[in-house]
Amino acid sequence: MIKTLLTRLEQGNKTSAYPKKPVTLIEEYRGLPEIKQDCADNLVQLCSENCPQDAIDPVAKRVDLGKCVFCGACEQLSEGRFVHFTNNHELGVSDRQQLLVDSAVQRLSILADNRIKKLFGRSLQLRQVSAGGCNACEADVNVLGTPFFDLARFGIQFVASPRHADGMLVTGPVTVNMKTALLKTYEAIPEPKLVIATGACAISGGPFFNSPQSLDGVASLIPVDLFIPGCPPHPLTTLHALLQFLGKI
Amino acid sequence: MVKESLEIKNGVCIPRSAIPHLPAQRFFETLAAVCSRKGKIVQYFAYEESGCCRLLAVLRTDRLIVLECDAPGEFPSLTRHDAKFNLFEREIAEQFGIVPVGHPWLKSVRFHKNDAGKPDVFDQNYQADIPGNYPYYSIQGDNIHEVGVGPVHAGVIEPGHFRFSCIGERVLHLEIQLGYQHRGVEQLLLQTPAKRWPIIIEGIAGDSAMANSICFSRAVEALMAIEPDRGRQQAKCLALELERLCNHIGDLGALSGDVAFLPPASYFGRIRGEFLNMLLLLSGNRFGKGLIRPGSILSGGLREKLGAIQKKCDGLKKEIQHISELLFNAASVLSRFEETGVVSRQCAGELGLVGVAGRASGLNYDVRAAFPTGYYESHPIEPQVQSAGDVYARARVRLEEIMQSLDMIAAMEPDALSGQRKPAVLDGLLPSSFVVALTEGWRGELAHCVLTDETGKLVRYKVKDPSFHNWSGLAQALRGEEISDFPLCNKSFNLSYCGFDL
Repeated sequence: MIKTLLTRLEQGNKTSAYPKKPVTLIEEYRGLPEIKQDCADNLVQLCSENCPQDAIDPVAKRVDLGKCVFCGACEQLSEGRFVHFTNNHELGVSDRQQLLVDSAVQRLSILADNRIKKLFGRSLQLRQVSAGGCNACEADVNVLGTPFFDLARFGIQFVASPRHADGMLVTGPVTVNMKTALLKTYEAIPEPKLVIATGACAISGGPFFNSPQSLDGVASLIPVDLFIPGCPPHPLTTLHALLQFLGKI
Repeated sequence: MVKESLEIKNGVCIPRSAIPHLPAQRFFETLAAVCSRKGKIVQYFAYEESGCCRLLAVLRTDRLIVLECDAPGEFPSLTRHDAKFNLFEREIAEQFGIVPVGHPWLKSVRFHKNDAGKPDVFDQNYQADIPGNYPYYSIQGDNIHEVGVGPVHAGVIEPGHFRFSCIGERVLHLEIQLGYQHRGVEQLLLQTPAKRWPIIIEGIAGDSAMANSICFSRAVEALMAIEPDRGRQQAKCLALELERLCNHIGDLGALSGDVAFLPPASYFGRIRGEFLNMLLLLSGNRFGKGLIRPGSILSGGLREKLGAIQKKCDGLKKEIQHISELLFNAASVLSRFEETGVVSRQCAGELGLVGVAGRASGLNYDVRAAFPTGYYESHPIEPQVQSAGDVYARARVRLEEIMQSLDMIAAMEPDALSGQRKPAVLDGLLPSSFVVALTEGWRGELAHCVLTDETGKLVRYKVKDPSFHNWSGLAQALRGEEISDFPLCNKSFNLSYCGFDL
């Protein structure tokens, strides 16, 4: 018992002061990209051809963050002259179209719906469904429960049954073999309910797009209320998206 | 007289013409003979080229050997005599419609139509949705009941179906059905342009992104005749060991949580995040995605980064030691961990378990020691082996490996590291070549096997995750256990669903 107490003292309180104190991620982190419209056409074309996710529209000079896996290939190829990934982790949106970024000063934000704020603002119980994810999104969602992020202090929790849930947080491209399980879980959640698509796979199929085994995203099956891009999204991205969605920040 | 098998080296490519091509009967006889003498299967799969189907096997004894044959329409199953062949034969049947005659439990692996256009071996309807929807092994009797769990589980975890046959609380038999996360990775690699491959590879199993991309890079570098320099070797080792640390620490935390000892669960959960942040520093991604590519390490300022990482590791080492002492000395924890989920050495050997699960049951095998490449060739490691084969042993192996990885990172010299910002172009693979690349991922032996045709195009890209061997171990571990110990046993193995499903 003494040992338990001593270890507790040694560990102290490690919970992040976010969102009371703003947090800045390290420079290496690839967050919201700045797109430079004045970049030479041929360089943009090169980036588009080499993007493994076909996420770059070379004519509109636009990156689809729903397809993007933030690998940084375009930044490397263009040496930052077309795309430069900033360390801005705020990437969640409710409108899928907002994920098409084409400027250097774009900011992504979620307009908190009053109805959602009223219903779920003080308590949001989520059911997590892994519909074929690679486990990175799942791991970085799980980590929100650990002391540093401590999701529970915001009234948000992951629950063991869809019957207890207000909404569903889905990861993975939705494989053919998970389609029924996903739909059954969705049906089992009582109204009013939410769907959150977390990660590139859940938004567009991610690395597995166009595979015959992939349904290329949750929105192909059910309406989605919140999109959180990334591969995987940084836990702070997910946390920020949830808090903004609930009107807490 | 054709020699029965050819010795090959980890990550070294050879012309396909050098692979011994045996008559089918001798092929199966050799497989059976080698595996009955303690040989183990690294890879065993079918591939098709120009309408012709072949079977290829890579086995390990104290060396790696390869052999192949023309695939017959059906062949005598070896599983009845040697359980190691079980999933491999079923996978061959599922992927190419070749029937292993006499297989004692012929069912699908991942639940999908075969790629060869042949009639389905399992007579299944792929329009129906659920992989778990077929007869499970059932036990008759009063008081016998079945418990089905999944695919959607209570926690934030990957999908899989577990069917327990129980008498009261005691589990008589566990049958595991996976395949829910089958994304068609192997087919995707053959059908997509090379620019997509590194991303697909990193997505096979996100928590093993480093191990998978190291295998991929090694294989492609061999096929492009690129010699990795010492600096890149060291950077790959650093990334792999950080990945091992993240997951082993996370596992110890999860195990603590499962026995309701919350302090170490919380502390290890947080400390895992510290290691993820080291991978973030190295690569810009918490899982290291985007770092390792064939021919390059995409990160700058590696020397400074190593220095920062070493400093952080040094500070965390003492904390990890204190928390582990707390965990491993608590009587309540020991009473849950010890003698729970035992897999005997004999059973582990018969199943061909690898990695942490194998070493916890006394099997002394670690790819880093047996078939070292890169940094491990000059810095050999000692496999951490336990003998009890229970949850305690699997936890203990993890703890020893955590300390070992921390020491390894502490001893790295910054001067050797090198990185750059531009990836090599994935073009011009050597034609008609074969390579197998093995890495000791944190779960165990991961192997990527690549074959190219006469134009240098991919004929087959076969991925074997360590979980492909070890899920059978979990099923065995549950026999005779209380069903309430299932989460604990499951976490003590912590196998990959998506790595298995591909």
